[in-house]
Amino acid sequence: MNTDTALAPAIDPDLLERTHSDEERNKLQENCLEVKDLSFYYGEKQALQSINLEISKQRVTAFIGPSGCGKSTLLRCFNRMNDLVDGTRIEGQILLDSQDIYAPSVNAVDLRRRIGMVFQKPNPFPKSIYENAAYGLRLQGINKRHILDEVVEKALRRAALWDEVKDRLHDNALGLSGGQQQRLVIARAVAIEPEVLLLDEPASALDPISTLKIEELISELKERYTIIIVTHSMQQAARVSDYTAFLYMGELIEFGDTKTVFTNPEKKQTEDYITGRYG
Amino acid sequence: MGKDIKNWFGSGSPWVWLNAGAVSISIIMVTGLLALIAIRGLGHFWPADVAEFDYQQRDGHQVNLIGEFVSEEQVSIENLRAAGHAITSDTGHITRHLIKIGNRDIGGLDFRWVLEPKIEKLHYPPTMMVFERREWGNFYGYIDSISENDRLIAQGESAWAVLQPQLLRSDALYKKIRAIEKDEIGAVNAAVERLRLRERGLELEGNKDPAIMVDIVQQRKELQQSYDLMQEQLRLLYEEISRYSVTATAMDGTSLTIPLVKIVRAYRPNDMSVLGKLGFYAGKLWEFVSDEPREANTEGGIFPAIFGTVMMVLLMSVIVTPFGVIAAIYLREYAKQGLLTRVIRIAVNNLAGVPSIVYGIFGLGFFVYFLGGNIDQLFFPESLPAPTMGTPGILWASLTLALLTVPVVIVATDEGLSRIPRALREGSLALGATKAETLWRTVLPMASPAIMTGMILAIARAAGEVAPLMLVGVVKLAPSLPLDGNFPFMHLDRKFMHLGFHIYDVGFQSPNVEAARPLVYATALLLVLVIVALNLAAIAIRNRLREKYRALDN
Repeated sequence: MNTDTALAPAIDPDLLERTHSDEERNKLQENCLEVKDLSFYYGEKQALQSINLEISKQRVTAFIGPSGCGKSTLLRCFNRMNDLVDGTRIEGQILLDSQDIYAPSVNAVDLRRRIGMVFQKPNPFPKSIYENAAYGLRLQGINKRHILDEVVEKALRRAALWDEVKDRLHDNALGLSGGQQQRLVIARAVAIEPEVLLLDEPASALDPISTLKIEELISELKERYTIIIVTHSMQQAARVSDYTAFLYMGELIEFGDTKTVFTNPEKKQTEDYITGRYG
Repeated sequence: MGKDIKNWFGSGSPWVWLNAGAVSISIIMVTGLLALIAIRGLGHFWPADVAEFDYQQRDGHQVNLIGEFVSEEQVSIENLRAAGHAITSDTGHITRHLIKIGNRDIGGLDFRWVLEPKIEKLHYPPTMMVFERREWGNFYGYIDSISENDRLIAQGESAWAVLQPQLLRSDALYKKIRAIEKDEIGAVNAAVERLRLRERGLELEGNKDPAIMVDIVQQRKELQQSYDLMQEQLRLLYEEISRYSVTATAMDGTSLTIPLVKIVRAYRPNDMSVLGKLGFYAGKLWEFVSDEPREANTEGGIFPAIFGTVMMVLLMSVIVTPFGVIAAIYLREYAKQGLLTRVIRIAVNNLAGVPSIVYGIFGLGFFVYFLGGNIDQLFFPESLPAPTMGTPGILWASLTLALLTVPVVIVATDEGLSRIPRALREGSLALGATKAETLWRTVLPMASPAIMTGMILAIARAAGEVAPLMLVGVVKLAPSLPLDGNFPFMHLDRKFMHLGFHIYDVGFQSPNVEAARPLVYATALLLVLVIVALNLAAIAIRNRLREKYRALDN
């Protein structure tokens, strides 16, 4: 099958050209996270099957796949969010800078400070905008006003929210729009300077304009952070990511740089999914 | 026709009517009840006109009666004839009035029934005077004279003019005496008692340091001196206050001399304008809510009971909230959900259904005798065998009620916690918060409206509870409030008065039932108002919290 026709309904090839120039992709990449033989079980049910994957530093990696394929489960393995669910079991390893994050010596709370996460639905705390952004710092016992002020401003600027909220920092965060709330949640995560940001369908509950803003933000944030994003929208994956992993039924079907996966997939299943035959 | 009815049923309107009917009946019952107790209770403080009339008694004697008409009823003539009354008319009913004749020290009874046809020459003399006395109830009659140490100073109408300022003066003196007796001598007594306990404590320890002993003796001497000083002061005040007395004529021409100190207020209701009566009424009402009871609780105010009720409920809330919240947090957040937690939840729910008197018995056995007894052994050996904590008191009453209401708080908090969205907990955890930090910073503040709901239910239940309290701390008359100026200010071991028990006591244990009946209504009204006020305060706090943490709604 001709690759161009395969892509036609979903992806504009020009877009891929613009965002991922060859020279950028050819830069020597350092790995940040390595997944080795990872299997995951909810009780008896196996949700992930021997996943092997390498996540590059300061790049955006997207996980795509149909609902229930395990992409969110995989994402939640990176900051051990699944520990909180009763009756789950994990096998294999995830290495962060060559250290297994599931080793008994690793404290999940410390790990989550290094690997931040943003959820599908905006979930700001019912506190002021300022207190939301400062939450992570206060947890670390930082309560000095001038430090907090500085960090809050920096985080809100990075999340491209500062100009919209600088005059009402002490208003309740729940008064913000959905898109603003999601950027506030990103600012909250960024404020504690994590190494990795996990984004679980960050734009799925937002309108197109807010989605665009979040996507622009992701491109800016990758200058500093390693980003892993789960998304349902293949256009979004194509627009924002450098690498794409396609999961299906708990298995990693294909993983490679985004342009290759979208224009010249190796597997038939991948091609079927991105051309819209299922999922 | 049958189809119409079927359609009518199908349309749902019968259920709407049924609902509306049920709601209206409930509202009518509540407002009706409140109106009844309000009218019956509040009417009592109005200065009723005092009538004087001639009355032919059953034995044919003509007597002169003075009194207030209190209530009336219809009695059949046959019954009256059977009771020995000479009635001329044939059949039917005649009206019988209950009048308050007061002057209990003369006649022995404050109330008597009179038959309407036997009343003659009914009139309301403007010079008719009422004394509200500290003992023996009201006095009705005419003023004759005022004398100072048996020396006549005013007579007739001029005596009335002298009476009012003298009454104010004697009232001020009386208040001064009470203040000395209660506060100052009370403080000295408390100090003497502390000294005694210290001495006894040292004795028990076997410590016989002569320096300390000398110090104690010295302190006791000083206290004794200040006590003697106050006694002397009191003696002078008593002399001063008993200088004046008033002589008055009661019905049937009995003359009576009453020391001014025994009189609370004197007034002439028949001569008062409506405005004057309103002022008098406001004063009586204020006395009712702010003063201490007199005459076996049938006169005066009920302030100690209001104070005791509110303080007990507040103490109970302070105890029950942390208890219930901690239990609910453990159940919901930390315990592994399974059969055991289910059983515990069912047990907690059933605990709320245990009759309250059972809690009272448990409180008496466990808190008062066991806990209190042991505390006395350990911490207050110097005052044994007199118990300090090993006797019913406000702390044990509050604890017993806290136990009674803790299931309500647990259930409400548990439900509140289960409604906090998972996304918010995960958001906090993802920022590197531990579970405890997440609970403390995010989950608990958001669950606080639910916790307040639990507290509101607990308050509503506790404030109306009487039965268990009778076993663990409530008394008919408490000499002092559980909060006062003597160290340590909050006396959690003291017994206290309670509005609910006060109603029972005044209504059913009082020697003077007729006099006490309006007070039962007034006290009931006040109890309802106190509970409403406590609840409104809690609801206001909850609504504020809800507004603050309204995340649950989106």
